[in-house]
Amino acid sequence: MAGRDDAKKLGLSDYEYEEIVKTLGREPNNVELGMYGVMWSEHCSYKNSRPVLKRFPTEGGHVLQGPGENAGIVDIGDNLAVVMKIESHNHPSAVEPYQGATTGVGGIIRDIFAMGARPVALLDSLRFGEPDDPRVKYLLKGVVSGIADYGNCMGIPTVGGEVYFNEAYRDNPLVNAMCVGIIRHEEIVRGRAAGVGNSVMLVGSATGRDGIHGASFASEELSEDSTSKRPSVQVGDPFMEKLLLEACLELRKNRWVVGIQDLGAAGLTSACSETAARAGTGIELDVALVPRREEGMTPYEVMLSESQERMLVIVEKGHEEDVQKIFEKWDLHAVKIGTVTGDGMLRVLESGRVAAEVPVKSLADGAPVMKREGRRPAYIDNTDIDYSRLEMPSNLNEVLLRLLSSPNIASKAWVYQQYDHTVRTDTVVSPGSDAAVLRIKGTRKGIALTTDCNGLYCYLDPYEGGKQAVAEAARNLVVSGARPLAVTDCLNFGTPEKPEIFYQFEKCIDGISDAAKALGTPVISGNVSFYNETKERAVFPTPVVGMVGLLEDVERHCTMAFKKEGDVVVLLGLNTDELGASEYLKQIFGIQGGRPPRVELEREKRVQQCCLKAIELGLLSSAHDISEGGLAVALAESCIAGGLGFKGEIHTGFRADALLFGEGQSRIIASLPQKNLSTLIELAEELGVEITVLGFVYPERMDITVKNDGSITGRLSVSLEKMTCVWHDSIKRKVEE
Amino acid sequence: MKCAVIVFPGSNCDIDCYHVWRNVLGQPAEYVFHKDRFSPDDFDLIILPGGFSYGDYLRVGAIARFSPAMASVYRAAEKGKLILGICNGFQILLESGLLPGAMMRNEDLKFHCHDVYLKVGTVDTPFTNLYRRGEVVRMPIAHGEGNYYAGRETIERLKAEGRIAFYYCDRNGMVTGDANPNGSLENIAGILNEGKNILGMMPHPERCAEEILGNTGGRKLFESILDYFEGRVKSGRQG
Repeated sequence: MAGRDDAKKLGLSDYEYEEIVKTLGREPNNVELGMYGVMWSEHCSYKNSRPVLKRFPTEGGHVLQGPGENAGIVDIGDNLAVVMKIESHNHPSAVEPYQGATTGVGGIIRDIFAMGARPVALLDSLRFGEPDDPRVKYLLKGVVSGIADYGNCMGIPTVGGEVYFNEAYRDNPLVNAMCVGIIRHEEIVRGRAAGVGNSVMLVGSATGRDGIHGASFASEELSEDSTSKRPSVQVGDPFMEKLLLEACLELRKNRWVVGIQDLGAAGLTSACSETAARAGTGIELDVALVPRREEGMTPYEVMLSESQERMLVIVEKGHEEDVQKIFEKWDLHAVKIGTVTGDGMLRVLESGRVAAEVPVKSLADGAPVMKREGRRPAYIDNTDIDYSRLEMPSNLNEVLLRLLSSPNIASKAWVYQQYDHTVRTDTVVSPGSDAAVLRIKGTRKGIALTTDCNGLYCYLDPYEGGKQAVAEAARNLVVSGARPLAVTDCLNFGTPEKPEIFYQFEKCIDGISDAAKALGTPVISGNVSFYNETKERAVFPTPVVGMVGLLEDVERHCTMAFKKEGDVVVLLGLNTDELGASEYLKQIFGIQGGRPPRVELEREKRVQQCCLKAIELGLLSSAHDISEGGLAVALAESCIAGGLGFKGEIHTGFRADALLFGEGQSRIIASLPQKNLSTLIELAEELGVEITVLGFVYPERMDITVKNDGSITGRLSVSLEKMTCVWHDSIKRKVEE
Repeated sequence: MKCAVIVFPGSNCDIDCYHVWRNVLGQPAEYVFHKDRFSPDDFDLIILPGGFSYGDYLRVGAIARFSPAMASVYRAAEKGKLILGICNGFQILLESGLLPGAMMRNEDLKFHCHDVYLKVGTVDTPFTNLYRRGEVVRMPIAHGEGNYYAGRETIERLKAEGRIAFYYCDRNGMVTGDANPNGSLENIAGILNEGKNILGMMPHPERCAEEILGNTGGRKLFESILDYFEGRVKSGRQG
């Protein structure tokens, strides 16, 4: 038997231990306690976050599968659906960046094909410390090459994502991987162990001792001895996963397949208890039947192993050989390890002798929910800045170049050119634009994909930051010509036991929920990652929003690049006097403070409607969301992408720097042929959207004059060549020097 | 014109090649699994697609060459059938000895995925006859091991016999060191065998054969193959 002290070592509290004893009517043995230890960890049970996650809108006409499965599914018409999910692999990546990242990618891909879908795209949302730090360089290089090696080998294009650098992530890098699949409605498979007497089979890799307690490791803060947890990090083998993918997709075509489930965190324990819990059944399995890669493994080790590239397959009794035939073709194991039972128990045998016996429901859904209280952190009320004390820089050209070379704004080509983003020949808009656009062969349709979150905004105002992440993601899809459909989110926070952290968590979720409701994009899947914290500090609250949108006609997509000299450039939306939380304040004044820009959801919605309509009508040559770096940087990005310049005059009562570099929301820059301007103005007026002509597309230079009541208050004049040069090479220079 | 796309474990551009031949060129295509053999007369064109055959274990392409399907490829090669190896397919052709030389990791040890410019080295082949001599074509690359190497003598022979199909170049067609993405000798991006019925190349023509992908630079390569074949059929040399 295992007692309280053993429980503590597994991260279980006294109270939780007592609950286990109560449920079992006896003390648990070592194996059983180990199984509870991982299943009741935050990583698997969401015990701290569940009550708050209920606030998300998760339903809508086009949602086919909401949270609670391997991945969410949303209908895109023509009997097709998009399957998607995002997941974190932060803790493993902090101690072993290469393997941490590869297995993160491997795990999220399995979640998608476990549903029966062919994965068609990957995105990665990454956060690191400042890139001149040697340790950050090591982590960045390791994570990027890990993602590259896994995704490239799988033949799934990595088409987008984000990379942010901030001291707040120095010790806790964030590595969030998102995978998207396409499926026909009738091909959807769920992770259910239904039908008493059906067979439970383990397919794919053999089981080893790697990754034991990975889920528990991900549910605590990192400390100096975290590196000793390196054995908790699994090792990825993309070749094996590629075979597993092809075999599983062949398998799904058969009606006798009952369920498929990925073996991720908590390995067999989690896969068995979750599939049985969803179906209201039990499972009896014998660990002696599990193919091993190491000798002498105990039942404890087999049940908790997180060896990669394995799946649990539940098939109708009598079809075991059919499964084996398919997997043999791909030279993979497929072994019957157990049977679906009707008694609601997960019974683990070792050569017939009972090694563990626990109710499935209590393992999968029984973790006592922690009612955490949030407390508003003091710092939030001390972020205001007296802007009158900040002197306007005399040379705005230098400011612009400084911003363009900031690693948060500069080109991420150094990263995404290591990822194969053109395989599968569906990538219509490659990484580097607002959103990636993929065509769907055999249809006229396309999908657009993005991930977004500004951690600093969320830190300074968690509610507004959460709202902004959704608004910007939707805006990025809209400027690409797509109608936003649904959200998958990866919620990265510090330690939830701390009330200030829990406050950030709750407020971010409220913000996401309000924006998702307003913009009609339900949350269909996601992941929570707490304990992104070391002794010194927690990461910025970083709720990464992944979003998918639909283009009915993919030919009608749009990009940020200026296309033609003489096109008129307009602003949709309103300029605001908001400098808070801007990249400008950080880079020029070293200030990370102020109130982050507000999102007015009604205005946001109207601006997006107007832009989307204009693209669908074919009025626009380009469209680009204004985000980090503000209006001036957005114009510069459209210039650089198109190899063209811009000339314009902008009138404002605000400070010139606030106008040029403030990050006010709900704004889009578009360029269009002059002949379309009147139609666009009519459309904007009809929808109640402010529209301002900013200037024209010119060759070779960007010239902006800012005027207040006729007098010049600011002037920018930089050559395209200069802008391109600092923007393009900045990250490479910082990382490789 | 019937095309076989060989599927090795770990191939991942098989569906792309199949798609182009079948849906863009409108010609019949079939997948051939690596465990299967076929007769040299079953197909007019054989594509060895890109990917990571056998997980790149041992050396890129080193295990694939022992596949049963490859035995059929060798026989088809002898009979003068057209064989196109793209990326990992090129690496397999080198390992199998159907083309001379060897591949090393990219000079900077990084995977490279971006567009490159190629200068067409010869148009006197079944694969390039619709290009103009010296034409500059844009194509995507996506590889970690495209650093082509061969002995001096081999290189001289390749040059003398007009067997260098593509060179990496800049947008103006200048074959320079800066335009070389991976360190390959003489900026070589693709080569032919003596009989010019086998082409191995690192860039991906199948990824740039449709308007919607923003580049059709690779389409002419497939059209060249079809044109060559149809010309032969007309002149009665093959049927």
